[in-house]
Amino acid sequence: MAHHAETGHPTGHAPAVHAEEQTTTGINHRKLLMWVFLSSDCLFFGSLIATYMVYRGQSLVGPYPVDIIDVPITTISTFVLLCSSFAMVRALAATNEDNQGKIQFWLLMTAFLGAIFIGFQVYEFNLFRAEGLRIDTNLFGATFFTLTGFHGAHVTLGIVWLVALFFVARKGRLGPRTALDVEMAGLYWHFVDIVWIVIFTLLYLIGGFDTGPSATISIDPSVLGFL
Amino acid sequence: MATLTDVISRPAGQSGLWSWITTVDHKRIGVLYGVTAFIFLLFGGIEAGVIRLQLAVPDNTMIDPDTFNQMFTMHGTTMIFLVVMPLSASFFNFVIPLAIGARDVAFPRLNAFSYWVFLFGGLLLNASFLTNQAPDAGWFSYANLTEKPFSANAGLDYWALGLQVLGVSSLAAAFNFVVTIVNMRAPGMSLMRMPLFVWMTLITSILLVLAFPVITVGLIELTFDRNFGTSFFVPEGGGDPVMWQHLFWVFGHPEVYILILPAMGIVSEILPTFSRKPLFGYPVVVFSGIVIGIMGWAVWSHHMFTVGLGPVAVSVFTITTMLIAVPTGVKIFNWIGTLWGGSIDLRTPMLFSLGFIALFIVGGLSGVSHAVAPSDNQQQDTYYIVAHIHYVLFGGSLFGIFAGIYYWFPKVTGRLLHEGIGKAHFWLYFIGMNITFFPMHYLGLNGMPRRIYTYASEFGWDNLNLLASLGYVVLFVGTLLFILNLVVSLRKQPDSGHDPWDAPGLEWSISSPPPVYNFATIPQVEGIDQYWITKRRAAAEGHPITEPEAPVDVSTIHMPSPSYWPLVTAIGTLILAAGMLVDVGWDYIRFPIPFLGGIIAFIGIVGWSNEPAAAEHHDGEHGDGDHAIEHGATAVMDRPGAARPAVRLLCSVCGNRMSSDFRFCPYCGGAVENPDQANDEEG
Ligand code: HEM
Ligand SMILES: [Cu+2]
Repeated sequence: MAHHAETGHPTGHAPAVHAEEQTTTGINHRKLLMWVFLSSDCLFFGSLIATYMVYRGQSLVGPYPVDIIDVPITTISTFVLLCSSFAMVRALAATNEDNQGKIQFWLLMTAFLGAIFIGFQVYEFNLFRAEGLRIDTNLFGATFFTLTGFHGAHVTLGIVWLVALFFVARKGRLGPRTALDVEMAGLYWHFVDIVWIVIFTLLYLIGGFDTGPSATISIDPSVLGFL
Repeated sequence: MATLTDVISRPAGQSGLWSWITTVDHKRIGVLYGVTAFIFLLFGGIEAGVIRLQLAVPDNTMIDPDTFNQMFTMHGTTMIFLVVMPLSASFFNFVIPLAIGARDVAFPRLNAFSYWVFLFGGLLLNASFLTNQAPDAGWFSYANLTEKPFSANAGLDYWALGLQVLGVSSLAAAFNFVVTIVNMRAPGMSLMRMPLFVWMTLITSILLVLAFPVITVGLIELTFDRNFGTSFFVPEGGGDPVMWQHLFWVFGHPEVYILILPAMGIVSEILPTFSRKPLFGYPVVVFSGIVIGIMGWAVWSHHMFTVGLGPVAVSVFTITTMLIAVPTGVKIFNWIGTLWGGSIDLRTPMLFSLGFIALFIVGGLSGVSHAVAPSDNQQQDTYYIVAHIHYVLFGGSLFGIFAGIYYWFPKVTGRLLHEGIGKAHFWLYFIGMNITFFPMHYLGLNGMPRRIYTYASEFGWDNLNLLASLGYVVLFVGTLLFILNLVVSLRKQPDSGHDPWDAPGLEWSISSPPPVYNFATIPQVEGIDQYWITKRRAAAEGHPITEPEAPVDVSTIHMPSPSYWPLVTAIGTLILAAGMLVDVGWDYIRFPIPFLGGIIAFIGIVGWSNEPAAAEHHDGEHGDGDHAIEHGATAVMDRPGAARPAVRLLCSVCGNRMSSDFRFCPYCGGAVENPDQANDEEG
């Protein structure tokens, strides 16, 4: 460890920046909590993804993925979400540098890019409904809407969190001392992003060309066209 | 922030109803958990009584099959989720911060939230009785029995939503305890110096963190099937009922370890205390616990041997299941090794612990017998399984928990439970449990299926069923005795003193009941069983310890203030879940009430994170509420084992060499000596 707890440190109100040194492991409680929560969330998405994979190609009636999945559109929204992770990194950097203007800008930018992603998702869900895929149409609809829906809910929560942080930042309350507040949101945000990468790969790039139950499932080579 | 939350200050009272409702003190929350779960134990016990009464004689028509289904479903669900888990949580809450030398858990308000959500989840589940729609598909609710066509009323919705709510509670508590144990240990308490109960709590919490999301997903899919017309588990729509079984048991098998590991931890505290000898092979017990926690993930399909998974899967799961019995068996030998050569004191906690070992062995043996797939084909879904689960859960988990209640009761209340009544309670439980459940082995092997509401006399099951029902009466009387013991002891028992058992744990170094701040000075830990070290040293130095740590002025120690927000958030969570029971049938939003719950929960969270740290002074620092404890309790902490000289010690009996962590030889229990200082210590 770089820093050492001073001996004879007075009890009572230690300044918040020193909080890290006061735990057994040196990791802040809240950060550890976040990691434990995320490990739990891994299993949550893992189970949803497992359900999708088990039921891949098992739908008895259409529409099947190949009929409606639009990879190029979702590639754009995926790109937007990736960019939001970059914005999140900038927001944390600005917090550590105590650059108030930039903190607000990048927090809002992250939330904004997340909102665009959600916009794409709403558009996609409506399109699918119009094309006859509802949650109760077939197994594809059930697994697709459940998995991407819960992911969307995670992103939405993240947006609410970021906007709340933005208001905190407007009061000038974010800075190096409270960087952990931003870092926690960042951990969450990056996690949700990574989950989306997995979902995008499995549901769109690999599963997006699945047909009905009888056909064998294989990766359509045309997918390589736009990679 | 110029919101509502600035205006409402934190509640400050120390007594009265509101102080309990707003408490964030881990000790009070532990008591709340314990009392609530005990009341649910009585519910579950009454349900069991109805079952045993119905089955006491053949061709009984006392209750109809529907009621019978509701009884065994609610009995199993209650005992697992509303009794054994929260009773374990009650010990986590009360004991863990004391055992690791901390002033509270890492997130006191999250802890209060866990309790309230648990209470509401239990009430939601049991509210199904009020609408006469109790769930009736068994505690593991196999698809497709649970689908709308076969379970048309709302029973399974109560079940699924109730378990979701309870899951939120368990997860919040598990997050809290992982962080608390990893991060709030007293200086010097390295991982391998943690008391066994702390270790088992850590492993249990990690299992909860990883296992619960799996059942969450299963329950979501079930709820969608029932309310939104999906076919996750409906064959007509292409779904596979076996998928539910996988999701349930991937959670379910780690869950059985969630149920037993805390009891194992409790027993591992009690056996050394009453043998006057440290736990035999501490590192081996820790390691077996870890191995159980890992391997518990690789055995789930042993619940599905008769489903038709094919020979490969069946063989693999047979082998893994047999393997997991090894670390379990190792622990049993460690406990027996602890007793070996000890000076055993048969007080009530010890009796329950010994009962635990004996009964758990029986349950473990029947477990291994259905690990063998061909033999399990005969046992699956018979009373033989019922015998197994009750030997491990009643004889195991519940005996461990009662041992813990008798052990820590004086710490909680300052009074010992009455020994005479306690012993009678033990013997009634021990004998009653064997009369009730041992015959079930024979019933099962003679072909009696579980979950039948009556049977014909020609099958030849009459006598053993009657015997089992008589055993229930013995258990019933035992439970009454325990209640009597609580009442009598709280009124009549003399002051227990701070350390009635001459116990090794840090919690015994402070007064009983402990002060709000637990430790006036955060203890320094030098080895396993720290309080024994302290007491032995003081005795050797000629001033034996007879008093607990002296109290200090509470106002000098910064403790987190009570809070309303956990309760508000928990109410929101309840409405969010229970609202799913009300289908208003609007076009776009069929279920509007959950949104209301979501809003309430959101307000709760906003209030929570903007709450000032203390009732009296208001420094307005953002989100500072829960960190009060960080400033107070851990300011003096330093990293464990920082500057520990590496002393090599020698066993005076067998000559084994060991590190300075040991004061007794882990292999033979002999006294330890330091070869360099052998002479100094003589005097
Ligand atoms: C030596 C260790 C153990 C082994 C090898 C073992 C093995 C098994 C097997 C193979 C089954 C499935 C039987 C069937 O349904 O046909 C089973 C059922 C069960 N076991 Fe164990 N078990 C062990 C310990 C435990 C423990 C410690 C607990 C909980 C405290 C436990 C709780 C249960 C429960 C609740 C069931 C029944 C689930 C149900 O069908 O309702 N077991 N056990
Ligand atoms: Cu199992």
